[in-house]
Amino acid sequence: MSTGGPATTAPSALHSEGEDARRGPGDVRLTVEQASYAYSSGERQAPLFTLQATSFQARQREVVAILGPNASGKSTLLGLISGAIKPLSGRVQLDGFETSRLEPRTRAQRIAVVQQESPLLFPSRAWEYVLQGRHPYGRTLRFETPEDAAIAENALALVGASELRDRWMDKISGGEKQRVILARALAQQPLLLLLDEPTLHLDIGAQVELLQRLRRLAEENRYTAIVVTHELNLAAEFADQVVLLHHGKCLRVGPPAAVYSRELLEQIFEAPLEVETGPGGRPRVSIRGERNETAG
Amino acid sequence: MRPLTLRRLLWICGTLSLVLLAVVVAALKLGAVPISVSDLVLSLGRVAIGRSDQLPSEYRLIVFELRLPRILLGILVGAALSVSGAGFQALLRNPLADPYVLGVSSGAALGAILSLIASPHLPLLTPVAAFAGAALTIAAVYFLGRRKGQLDGGTLLLAGIITASFLSAVIMFLMTTLSSRDYRGMAFWQMGDLSTPLAEGLRWVFVLVLIVAGGAIYTTAADLNLLLTGEREAMHLGVHVTRVKLVVYLAASILTGMAVSVSGAIGYVGLLAPHLMRMLFGSDYRLLIPTSALGGAIIVVLADTLARTIVAPTELPVGAMTAMVGAPVFIYLLRRGLQ
Repeated sequence: MSTGGPATTAPSALHSEGEDARRGPGDVRLTVEQASYAYSSGERQAPLFTLQATSFQARQREVVAILGPNASGKSTLLGLISGAIKPLSGRVQLDGFETSRLEPRTRAQRIAVVQQESPLLFPSRAWEYVLQGRHPYGRTLRFETPEDAAIAENALALVGASELRDRWMDKISGGEKQRVILARALAQQPLLLLLDEPTLHLDIGAQVELLQRLRRLAEENRYTAIVVTHELNLAAEFADQVVLLHHGKCLRVGPPAAVYSRELLEQIFEAPLEVETGPGGRPRVSIRGERNETAG
Repeated sequence: MRPLTLRRLLWICGTLSLVLLAVVVAALKLGAVPISVSDLVLSLGRVAIGRSDQLPSEYRLIVFELRLPRILLGILVGAALSVSGAGFQALLRNPLADPYVLGVSSGAALGAILSLIASPHLPLLTPVAAFAGAALTIAAVYFLGRRKGQLDGGTLLLAGIITASFLSAVIMFLMTTLSSRDYRGMAFWQMGDLSTPLAEGLRWVFVLVLIVAGGAIYTTAADLNLLLTGEREAMHLGVHVTRVKLVVYLAASILTGMAVSVSGAIGYVGLLAPHLMRMLFGSDYRLLIPTSALGGAIIVVLADTLARTIVAPTELPVGAMTAMVGAPVFIYLLRRGLQ
């Protein structure tokens, strides 16, 4: 089922292993164009959940936050971007290729996904875990090369987790684990990094640490990073763009300062909120308290 | 950081092969008629230089016509069951998966019995029917083991155990109603037994099937490592999930069917060997599959030797030996997993 319109011309640089397909700064890397999706329990049943047509673009070095309350369609949108699910209409393109049509191996070389952690069936050490990120580059049964080991080592260093190398994954803290999982994604050497609620079980220090690191990595290694979160202030602080979702509808796309308006956020999150502008020009959201401290 | 290298793999497999060789020599020596190691080495040497005609005839009978074929059968069956066990564990994301516990062996046994009833004179039909029985059973257990669309570890095991019990009852019914003809005893199908040597013609077919089906699972070894962390994660890391699952599903069913059609339902080998190897060498499937094959062969030959000797001159079914060790290990792993 074509959505109409001619297929966009693929870029001439069919980037294969080893070739550097990363272009100059400012290039649009990810295009989400009127992408929609619907879940239903059966073929003829009415959909249980619908993500309505959503569009935005992301450039390299950009950090985009997908923001919204629970059940607003954040993870569905992430699934569409990752290519794990095919849009019902519209398209999602990474450097001109539709993500849901890429071969799993090719896709894993270009897109890395950091999911909410899943339990490990058999314990593994941090370095073994990070080496899994090299899987899309190996042929059947190929053993990891010293180069793979060096890339994994480097990925651990990039997230500041070199000292965790020989630790068991089930014996390190949540923040440490999140860093190792990020290292595995970096070992994939992707163009696009997708993170699903990466700060969910972290304390505030670890949250800030993770996002600062992500910001710097995107800057230095020219990743495009897409982060699903419902942390308004973290998104405001670290994102270049915010995609605001509510009940499966994309309400606004833009820089945090443009998207964060008190009325809108109050309506979406159903809480009395205050939006101020912080020292860096970025918005700050706080709860509009009814109680007054300076009593008496 | 010490990634797996081919050298380490070969080194470990070489060591295990030596252990297997030692076990085989011990199995040749032990039995109702004891044979000294020096005589054994001498006669093996004579066979090796093509002078088997110089052997005393009773040696030739006991060592080369009774014990050796049985040991070779044990090696084949042990390797097949262990590799399929390791495969099912990854496929179902359940560390306790084993062809016997999941009812797959009973399904294979039922398939084999039905083929014997339908056409007793087609020796190649039996393993094919056993494969069909195994494949159908694991598919049924897979769907019974789901809760709210998700594969649930405990439900899966229960579904397998209940399916095994149901299939055993059907087998019992068939065996009782058809008792006038000889389809091998109940004990053979339910506990496993290595006393019937493989027909000469089937031997090479089975070696070939073991290599092809085991090899097919081995080509997915790197993918299985990731599949264990979850299907979605595996997909994001570049694994062609449906393809890998199909390969492992078919190959593991073939291996179980083949093993059961010649030796009955020997239990717990597919659980014991992979777990022992994981404890020794880690859970990397590229290492786990070949080591499990060797470990399974060692376990079955050892168990069968014990089964032949501890109550000599009578014999226990080999499955009774593996179950006596395997069932407590299963309980231990289950309880450890629950904590």
